[in-house]
Amino acid sequence: MPRDTSLKKVMVIGSGPIIIGQAAEFDYAGTQACRALREEGLEVVLINSNPATIMTDANMADRVYIEPLTPEFVSRVIAQERPDGLLPTLGGQTGLNLAKQVAESGILEKYGVRLLGTPLETIRRAEDREEFKNLLSRINEPVPESVIVSNVEDALAFAREIGFPVVVRPAYTLGGTGGGIAYNERELAETASRGIKHSIINQILVERCVIGWKEIEYEVMRDGADNCITVCNMENIDPMGIHTGDSIVVAPVQTLSDKEHQMLRSAALKIIRALGVEGGCNVQFALDPESFQYYVIEVNPRVSRSSALASKATGYPIAKVAAKIAIGLNLDEIKNAVTGKTYACFEPTIDYVVTKFPRWPFDKFASANRFLGTQMKSTGEVMAIGRTLEASLLKAVRSLEIGASGLYLPEVSGLSDDQLAGKLRRADDQRLFAVAEAIRRGWTFEQINELSAIDKFFLAKIKNIVDLEKEISVGGLAGLTPEFLRKTKRAGFSDAEIARLAGASERAVRELRARHAIRPVYKMVDTCAAEFEAVTPYYYSAYEDADEVETGERKRVVVLGSGPIRIGQGIEFDYCSVHSVWALRQQGYEAVIINCNPETVSTDFDTADRLYFEPLVAEDVLNILHRERPDGVVVQFGGQTAINLAGAVHEAGFEILGTSVADIDRAEDRERFDKLLGELDIPRPPGGTGYSVDDALTIARRIGFPVLVRPSYVLGGRAMEIVYNEHDLLNYMASAVKVTPEHPVLVDKYLIGKELEVDAVSDGETVVIPGIMEHVERAGVHSGDSIAVLPPQHLDEQVKAQMVEYTVRLARALNVKGLVNIQYVLHNGGLYVLEVNPRSSRTVPYLSKITGVPMVNLATRVILGTKLTDLGFKTGLVKETPLIGVKAPVFSFAKLLDVDVALGPEMKSTGEVMGVAEDYASALYKASVAAGYGVPHKGTALVTVADKDKDDAVAIVHSLLKLGFEIYATDGTATMLEQDGIEVKRVRKLGQGSPNIIDLIMGNKIHLIINTLTRGKAPERDGFRIRRAAVEMGVPCFTSLDTANVVLDVMTAIKTGYDKPPVPLQEYVGPEDTGARNSE
Amino acid sequence: MINAVLALEDGTLYHGEAFAALGENWGEVVFNTSMTGYEGVLTDPSYCGQIVVMTYPLIGNYGINEADFESKRCFVRGFVVRDASRFPNNWRSTETLADYLRKENVVGLTGVDTRAITRRIRNHGVMRGIISTENLDPGYLLDKARGVPDLSEQELISQVATDVPFTVPGNGYRVVLIDMGAKLNIIRCLNERGCEVVVVPPKTSADEILALKPDGIMISNGPGDPMNAPDTTETIKRLIGKKPIFGICLGHQLLALALGARTYKLKFGHRGANHPVKDLATGRVYITAHNHGFAVAEDSLAGLDIEVSHVNLNDMTVEGIRHKFLPVFAVQYHPEAAPGPKDSEYLFDEFLELIAREAR
Repeated sequence: MPRDTSLKKVMVIGSGPIIIGQAAEFDYAGTQACRALREEGLEVVLINSNPATIMTDANMADRVYIEPLTPEFVSRVIAQERPDGLLPTLGGQTGLNLAKQVAESGILEKYGVRLLGTPLETIRRAEDREEFKNLLSRINEPVPESVIVSNVEDALAFAREIGFPVVVRPAYTLGGTGGGIAYNERELAETASRGIKHSIINQILVERCVIGWKEIEYEVMRDGADNCITVCNMENIDPMGIHTGDSIVVAPVQTLSDKEHQMLRSAALKIIRALGVEGGCNVQFALDPESFQYYVIEVNPRVSRSSALASKATGYPIAKVAAKIAIGLNLDEIKNAVTGKTYACFEPTIDYVVTKFPRWPFDKFASANRFLGTQMKSTGEVMAIGRTLEASLLKAVRSLEIGASGLYLPEVSGLSDDQLAGKLRRADDQRLFAVAEAIRRGWTFEQINELSAIDKFFLAKIKNIVDLEKEISVGGLAGLTPEFLRKTKRAGFSDAEIARLAGASERAVRELRARHAIRPVYKMVDTCAAEFEAVTPYYYSAYEDADEVETGERKRVVVLGSGPIRIGQGIEFDYCSVHSVWALRQQGYEAVIINCNPETVSTDFDTADRLYFEPLVAEDVLNILHRERPDGVVVQFGGQTAINLAGAVHEAGFEILGTSVADIDRAEDRERFDKLLGELDIPRPPGGTGYSVDDALTIARRIGFPVLVRPSYVLGGRAMEIVYNEHDLLNYMASAVKVTPEHPVLVDKYLIGKELEVDAVSDGETVVIPGIMEHVERAGVHSGDSIAVLPPQHLDEQVKAQMVEYTVRLARALNVKGLVNIQYVLHNGGLYVLEVNPRSSRTVPYLSKITGVPMVNLATRVILGTKLTDLGFKTGLVKETPLIGVKAPVFSFAKLLDVDVALGPEMKSTGEVMGVAEDYASALYKASVAAGYGVPHKGTALVTVADKDKDDAVAIVHSLLKLGFEIYATDGTATMLEQDGIEVKRVRKLGQGSPNIIDLIMGNKIHLIINTLTRGKAPERDGFRIRRAAVEMGVPCFTSLDTANVVLDVMTAIKTGYDKPPVPLQEYVGPEDTGARNSE
Repeated sequence: MINAVLALEDGTLYHGEAFAALGENWGEVVFNTSMTGYEGVLTDPSYCGQIVVMTYPLIGNYGINEADFESKRCFVRGFVVRDASRFPNNWRSTETLADYLRKENVVGLTGVDTRAITRRIRNHGVMRGIISTENLDPGYLLDKARGVPDLSEQELISQVATDVPFTVPGNGYRVVLIDMGAKLNIIRCLNERGCEVVVVPPKTSADEILALKPDGIMISNGPGDPMNAPDTTETIKRLIGKKPIFGICLGHQLLALALGARTYKLKFGHRGANHPVKDLATGRVYITAHNHGFAVAEDSLAGLDIEVSHVNLNDMTVEGIRHKFLPVFAVQYHPEAAPGPKDSEYLFDEFLELIAREAR
């Protein structure tokens, strides 16, 4: 059927902030879908609260609303825009849930909006456990025995009947929030109670656990004419029991014969037909490794993380095709954009192996529970493509940027046999390395399979790697004959790993390789295993014969991407990379991108002129550069990942475009930077570099406590801490960092004050500052975890002028060509520089959107040689617009057990939202709503604060009382509040008998918590347990009084909700405004 | 490690490692894009005369399961893969791919850039070639590759088809299957539907077939050029209109020839499990299993009583024909799958419905 011509305007719901379980894949899917719809001549309206996305760019939809993703705001946009249709299946679970809510509330009917794509009824049938079970039993597809309960006792009764272990799955949640495997009654009681709480309908499913079975997924598509195809199948190396988002996954399926594959494929198609899916769908199976018996585990009737992976793994654009199906097209009417000749109605076949490896945040959350189960914990993932499983797996591992060049981790090799067996049995993020270690120790496949249930096929592949490891170690550098070296490269070994094993330097291996001309070739991802000629310039490396890259005649520039999404390096850097690629293409260059993240827009096949899906490590990047011979390399948009590669790229003789490597180093090297600031007469907090523990202590004594300590090169404030005395400092030095002359620690005076931030574009002479951001939380809370306000609301002109002056001075002195981010603290009226990052920053998308200054585009043109003055810009602060933008962080604490939620210098948030309005209170309100701070307007508030915070706390308690809250407090806080004449109810601390604080929280008696950090971060402290209990029970908990203050202000100001019309991004600045609003 | 080479007639050589039987063999070099089902490929008689290159790099992962064989032996002349699995694992596996090929005396080549071979064949068409683990001298191999007989010059059907008739019992309709090198799954598909299947050799005459009192007749798949089976084509001519007839693959081509159409050789054929085929009657698209190097020429159907029932969405070639008046139809692809998707098994049901209609 040709596309439905009654549709003129279609609304798309995005997925909101990045959280664990819902990450960049929906930016990619949404972007693809918006483009597909516009390609068909439709007007597209988009709502999404996440400013850091490509999909919320002005050129992605006709009207972009950066508004909270709540039924209220969605309804308001619908009322204003009057779309003909609503496409709900591209915004993850968030989008689906919202669509359901607005449909059920009658809004869609009221405004005559049709729901497009997969019908609501289908979604309900797939997601409601009971309906799903009934449907599957009607079509004779097996599901594990299960029961749906809404109380713990029924869950226990079921488990007693069928036996442990059992799986608990809450209804309607993402990333398995609140679910888990329970091995006994105690665990089941805990998990069930948490799950019921997290489900929006307070239901959980308790089911037979098929732990250890093969976990197989099919990505399928169906159109309105009932044509069905499977795009890709995938096999989890980690069998059933670990959330697929936390599993190492390979595509295609490796261990199934055609009979098993066809059995599951047929089942998947039967299921989507029975459900009536119109678009993409993911079906997960558990298959007995010893028979044809299988169970259908889950069906997701929408695009998902798995579909993004399947798209990138095969080249088949699932989201694009799903969007076209939603507006009436059939699969055989949609062209296969990859071949340009064939149609979307076929099944991709691939001639390589894809490995997906999750990226976990445990490097940031040292205390987190690292065990993997049914609750997803990874923040992002990498994908690698190789011609063998070994090569693909090794590429994936080095793409992770966790310091592993192969399957060896020192901490795993140091485990005892018992510990190793434990790691194999109960998986954590290091299990794959443990498997390799077990093989090194000569454990048999039977033993390892017994412990881990990992298929022996995969164990054999890992053994191939371990065998080669041994051969390299034994032979050393001398043993690396050209033939043997080639063999190791074909098996996927990195130069670094070969060097480590052979006891040589990476440089020696690289030179040896160059001498024998052992270089990779690049093969194309084409959906068809080379059967048809393809036009997609999408490549991966292999040590084989034929290279397929065709470079053009034009000048070309390589942009280094930012790798997996992790805390501290999120989707913002993909946004910047993509914008740089677009700017390069706009300027007539061939743009080439390197990245390994399957969730992103940057790795979509039509973003750059050529895409290399490769690890962002020196060896792989240099190989590509040798093949491409580019005119320049751009490193400033890919976050710290790309910046870290600048040295190697420069040394290899390639030109870095933009700020030079020497100047980058001047900003990042502590001593050189101090010297520069001295020359420029710009103050910074006193401090120094400690090359030993004694050094650090000496510096701290000199500058006085409290001090901020951190390792030198940092990412998102990793291992950064504020310490208040010598004891804590020594503790930190012993536990958090390893100090060596090569890896010193930085010790700085911690200055309490207002934190301010700027991003600027500079060509070395002209320095354009689009805006100044003011942080709500005082310095000490990581900037990524702070609420930021643009333009600043509490800053006098003099300070602004000084910031501009410092920024210009710094940018010129560092010869910045491109972007620079500078953080300041205003302490006792004095302005101090905290850090200078000569690269794009987390705030660039947010700033670009509010101010209308196309920062990455300008920066890219600058690094190509254009002068900012030629583009109409002058040095200084760009004139402010009437709109106020508030950026608020979003956390994923519910997914991470044992992580302290208290804010501090280490970044903890996974994503962000933006609230935009003409007044500060409204913008803050929207940001708070969008971030889900979800503070109730009355109820019981628990206040327990540290001594140093008591004065500030009094003001907050007054606000709470005014709102009608009842105040509970622990002894110390209560006494202090009572002195101020505030009436509070005293509650018992832990260890003071029952019911204590935790009991009250767990018993749903507390609706809001204000808790500030006492010194020391040991998890046994009461504060930690209070905060964790709050997360577990979904009770809002403020650990910064600054945050609490503004949120309460907003609630007081906007008690009755918000009713101003939403403004689309296209109207933030005037239609002719290029951002060049020079304020003289 | 024993070196091995695949030499193509155009002078290209692909070096790799021998992983199965040793020796030298020749044939037409083709590629197959199925990611699973190599045992079905190896035992599909239609591959007789061909050296098969698998585009999926990891082959042999789940070993060999005899239950999935499509005939009693392996008919490929050589097997070329990127990475033959040394340690397969599957609960049904009884041996490794290498052991099986050794038993069948098939030369296997692993470690080669199979994608490079595929692109060459895609660009230049199928080629004659030599696979060898013995004399690896390039001059010798190329001379020899150029001397290899063309596939169309070879009589292959007699090497793969049954010599004597045999019957697979069933309680339903009696179907005579003219065996041109039939895959076992055709028999299984009929048998599962209750049919008694009488398998007869290709030389069986029309009278002999009709004497078996069949309710329907099937013409199977098989190797080589359909023009090399003129006797069977004649037999089919005599059967048309007498009984419902269903042809698959080579059977489809022979039916077309018997009805007056023409066949031609495709540049590099269709071999895989992902081809979209559109049923023109319903507009529905099915993902189908393919293995054919020849096709029915669409322009040759003009003026005949045949209509095109199915087309391939990739290259718009004829994938199925139907007689306008008589109970005769055929498809170029494999509704019996194995390996490949089972989406088109419904064609067997349609065949049985046709038989039922004709019986009334």
